[in-house]
Amino acid sequence: MSPVRLDFRIIGDWIKPQSRVLDLGCGDGSLLAYLAQSKGASGYGLEIDDAHVSECIRRGVNVIQTDLDAGLSEFDERSFDFVVLSLTLQAVRYPDRLLREMLRVGTEGIVTFPNFGHWRARWQLGALGRMPVSAALPHEWYSTPNIHLCTLRDFERLCKREGIEILESQVVDHAHRRRLALRLFPNTLGEIALYRFRRARLP
Amino acid sequence: MGLVTPARLRFPEPLALASGGVLANYELVYETYGTLNAEASNAVLVCHALSGSHHVAGYHSEDDKRPGWWEHHVGPGKSLDTQRFFVVACNNLGSCFGSTGPASINPATGRAFGPDFPMVTVRDWVESQARLADRLGIRRWAAVVGGSLGGMQALQWAIDYPERVAHAIIIAAAPKLTAQNIAFNEVARQAILTDPDFHDGRFYDHSTEPRRGLRIARMLGHITYLSDDIMREKFGRDLRGGKINFDYQVAFEVESYLRYQADSFVGHFDANTYLLMTKALDYFDPAGNTDGRLAAALAPVKADTLVLAFTSDWRFAPARSREIVKALHDNDLNVSYAEIKAAHGHDAFLMPIPRYVEILRSYMDRVSMGLAT
Repeated sequence: MSPVRLDFRIIGDWIKPQSRVLDLGCGDGSLLAYLAQSKGASGYGLEIDDAHVSECIRRGVNVIQTDLDAGLSEFDERSFDFVVLSLTLQAVRYPDRLLREMLRVGTEGIVTFPNFGHWRARWQLGALGRMPVSAALPHEWYSTPNIHLCTLRDFERLCKREGIEILESQVVDHAHRRRLALRLFPNTLGEIALYRFRRARLP
Repeated sequence: MGLVTPARLRFPEPLALASGGVLANYELVYETYGTLNAEASNAVLVCHALSGSHHVAGYHSEDDKRPGWWEHHVGPGKSLDTQRFFVVACNNLGSCFGSTGPASINPATGRAFGPDFPMVTVRDWVESQARLADRLGIRRWAAVVGGSLGGMQALQWAIDYPERVAHAIIIAAAPKLTAQNIAFNEVARQAILTDPDFHDGRFYDHSTEPRRGLRIARMLGHITYLSDDIMREKFGRDLRGGKINFDYQVAFEVESYLRYQADSFVGHFDANTYLLMTKALDYFDPAGNTDGRLAAALAPVKADTLVLAFTSDWRFAPARSREIVKALHDNDLNVSYAEIKAAHGHDAFLMPIPRYVEILRSYMDRVSMGLAT
């Protein structure tokens, strides 16, 4: 049994047992399989990639082949306890719309994304004058699927603007480790950011 | 799959049909592949489409030219692996391939049913197939599988017999026909009904058949089974004889193809059956009893479901399959959906497209793992 990725463990800790989960951009279904096994969670993954869809079916993970940019209109309001968007926010056409959609179909949202404010990205852009390439962002600028990169601060500003209340957050490095320094300087040292949030209650 | 022999069972109990009609008794012809295990838990039902039959795989004789219609998927080591599953394929009522249909003798009159054969619906087929399952000692199907009209039967099975279907595999289907789908069917029916050789459906008595009507119906059908792209790729504007002759003989390859398809259909398919099958398609609408709300119609379903669609299928486009998927996940059921890239149009469900084969195989692996527990 391979060790469970830290980001999966964090998401698993955030999710209540027996939750209904919608995983947007579920990849090969490993997160949903982990949540099913560790938390008794059930639900669906949405995925566009042929090979990933096949892999989900092979694993027995419920997967619906679809384009996230087409929206979540086929899902009714409050159909899920959690809607997860793992390392996909930066690759969708309308991140703000998708966040709204997540909190329409789910009670809580969980988003993870590569932090563009990480010092290595800042160094490559600021000092070297080049678009950053790293373990968390492995693509060159001309072939990257990541079209909406943001920093922790950017994401938090968007949440504020959208009336989204952040309930919890974490940062990890690209090896999905969690260190003290990361907690002190998350927007500089965190490579992957994880947020749990919900629609802010009206005052 | 090798040589297979169809079997035949007689059902003396009357079957009350959705149309209000009754079949006093009837026969079903079917084929089986593989072996039913001791717990009778490994049975898979394959439902056929409009012009299909119970002959899903294998050959009927040594000099049979073509195997069954789903030979690619059914056999030892194939996606529906007959070393693990007991595959059953039933010829539907109203068909012309052996089960009781319009060309069968009506016991009440001693002559062919013809137009007196009652309209049959997808629901009626499921009912008759359930009786076949009873006779074969199959309480619960490991999976009910079908493409096109066959997929509609798989869906109907899951609705009507939730306890008897562990998995439903619904391929290139739709929850109901669109006006455009019905329109195509109506043109096909009009071609048959207005053929002077149709004789109000009693053409058997005149030792003839409405060949012209059936040919046109089949040609029209084939246009809707293929995509624009595959037609362009297969035929383009290629000329049969290399030049245009300014007459009404075959000039373009596509004309030759359609005429060939029409010719090979006539003599093998019954015009009354064609009428019945297209009507069964038109009438299929599980949400008809729930104010059009498909999710409500699917509320009884318990089966896990795999829904597959093909990108170039415009007869039952992927969006139609998504309606089924939505209604299933609205009921919090286990459902997976894959869209297979294929140029072949609706016909793709009959083809050995690698990703299609792989997905069916891995899904059936899961089905087979479920048998053990």
